[in-house]
Amino acid sequence: MSATTLFDKLWDSHVVNRREGFPDVLYIDRHYIHEVTSPQAFDGLRKRGIPVARPDRTTATADHNVPTKDQHLPIKEALSRFQVETLRKNCREFGIELYDLLHPFQGIVHIIGPELGLTQPGMTMVCGDSHTSTHGAFGSIAFGIGTSEVEQVLATQCILQYKPKQMRIEVNGKLGKGVLSKDIILYIISQISSSGGNGYFVEYAGSAITNLSMEARMTICNMSIEMGARGGLIAPDQTTFDYVKGRKFAPQGEAFEEAIAYWKTLKTDEGAQYDKVLTFNAEDIEPMITYGTNPGMGIGITERIPTVAELKDHREEASFKKSLEYMALEPGSQLLGKSLDYVFIGSCTNARIEDLRLVADFVKGKRKAANVEVLVIPGSKQVEQQAIREGLDKVFEEAGFELRSPGCSACLGMNEDKVPAGKYCISTSNRNFEGRQGPGARTFLASPLSAAAAAITGKVTDVRELI
Amino acid sequence: MQKEKFKSLTSTVVPLPIENIDTDQIIPARFLKATTREGFGENLFRDWRFDNNGNKKDFILNNPNYYGDILVAAKNFGCGSSREHAAWAIHDYGFKVVISSFFADIFKNNALNNGLLPVQVSDEFLSKIWAQLEADPHSTIEVNLEAQKVILADGSSESFDINPYKKACLLNGYDDIDYLLSLKDRITQFESAN
Ligand code: SF4
Repeated sequence: MSATTLFDKLWDSHVVNRREGFPDVLYIDRHYIHEVTSPQAFDGLRKRGIPVARPDRTTATADHNVPTKDQHLPIKEALSRFQVETLRKNCREFGIELYDLLHPFQGIVHIIGPELGLTQPGMTMVCGDSHTSTHGAFGSIAFGIGTSEVEQVLATQCILQYKPKQMRIEVNGKLGKGVLSKDIILYIISQISSSGGNGYFVEYAGSAITNLSMEARMTICNMSIEMGARGGLIAPDQTTFDYVKGRKFAPQGEAFEEAIAYWKTLKTDEGAQYDKVLTFNAEDIEPMITYGTNPGMGIGITERIPTVAELKDHREEASFKKSLEYMALEPGSQLLGKSLDYVFIGSCTNARIEDLRLVADFVKGKRKAANVEVLVIPGSKQVEQQAIREGLDKVFEEAGFELRSPGCSACLGMNEDKVPAGKYCISTSNRNFEGRQGPGARTFLASPLSAAAAAITGKVTDVRELI
Repeated sequence: MQKEKFKSLTSTVVPLPIENIDTDQIIPARFLKATTREGFGENLFRDWRFDNNGNKKDFILNNPNYYGDILVAAKNFGCGSSREHAAWAIHDYGFKVVISSFFADIFKNNALNNGLLPVQVSDEFLSKIWAQLEADPHSTIEVNLEAQKVILADGSSESFDINPYKKACLLNGYDDIDYLLSLKDRITQFESAN
């Protein structure tokens, strides 16, 4: 047999039907759903008069527009309440497990799946949300889908898909002080642009990747979509197995040993071909920050924003200018020292317990600057509870940070957590699009450490000078 | 479920010569809260069409000189969030075709799943379209799905790609779930074998 990639192996073993000129029928092991992209799909089932094929393979949570304060009270905003109530009704009617507000397992869908052990190596997983790519960190195929596709999976546990092209991204070497996995991925996207991964599924490899914890790997895979890729994965190894072991829905005892035996086979063969291979050096990466309105518009923290003349592609000129105008920034200027108004530590990119620990560790005994408001939104109820058990809540309180209840929050501003128009926010989330954090809001994407440093100084800061 | 059949269309055009239009611009997140597929057209390009007080801004969709079933946009249309609402909003507003020199993958799929035809043309051909519309905003473009061709007012044309499966779906008004449900036995077989 010829050498194949991990992606090939996983894909091919999940193809139920293949027909010339038609998309593959791909079997889905786990389907995550949330309140925003599922209602129309359930509506579709109802119109067709069919049930959910495999409610046991479907997991629901409420995350996108839930409030992060007073979660025990009815949701104030009428439409948000309606969507969450619709999800409840649909889950009841179709027999799906829902981790609703206040449930100990509730949280951002891409945080709870791995944390509950629902996400496992070798699986295929989908969700009506582009950051489903997060779950690829376990050596599985995971990608975001549209609502019509959610309906396909609800109806048949399968989805129609063409096999994407494959790219390998290797990052080798040792990360510098104060450089996190978020900086790796922001760096890669800044190098290849927000459309550089279009049409590809990415496998990340190299020593800088395999040295990362599972949490940090998830941050990398999470943002695969921000370079336009369908998803990203990392071959499972001992770090992966140790993370999965003992989690609520992971195989237990003998079943776990059997699972590991299989998971160990999940690797790309020596000599397997990719459509594209990129290699980067970890030593070249400094803490990153974005200056524009797509995640590809990133620079090292000590670098200047490019000038029009320095643009790699002159066709980008119009959107570059529009973007800087929106951000009220000058081409060629530095971001270091730029005064901020908000700091948002949260989202499926960086709101796992490791992120909160890192931030707490840095801010311990320090106090936030007077000019910034700092929001810390844990990714899940479990992260929140763990943070409290470890006393991180006290650290945040003393620093003047506000620790709230879990949800997507100001990552997309669907609930009341919005950044006001014209204000600057340094954010650990994944998108800096116009209006993403609220109409007119201006977002700088960065790592949790860079965000923590900015919270203390009140301005864009090189965290390396403070550690 | 039976959807509208699509064979060929000749229409005036709405030009949007902006690159990297992301789905947050097409339909801002705060309008995603409906639970049916209809009505999103009202908020298509909301923040470009209206200011915070609901007053119309200077934007092409507010310009009575431009109307029609075809939207033409610059490179990398539909990037960003995977929200299918973007495709619904464009379709619900009344567009049947979007032409661009590049589409983001998920958007393209979402469009095809919802009876909205994404037509990818070369950069050169796109420049020709801009030129035609500049010369005459009321001129028309023909999009022929059967022949897989876009034809401009001066008769010049370019072929476009579409996957044979999606083409069959659009031409016949056939839908993905109809197809998947027809494979039910095979799916059950797969489940018991794995
Ligand atoms: S945290 Fe942000 S990116 Fe992640 S699922 Fe929620 S809205 Fe999407």
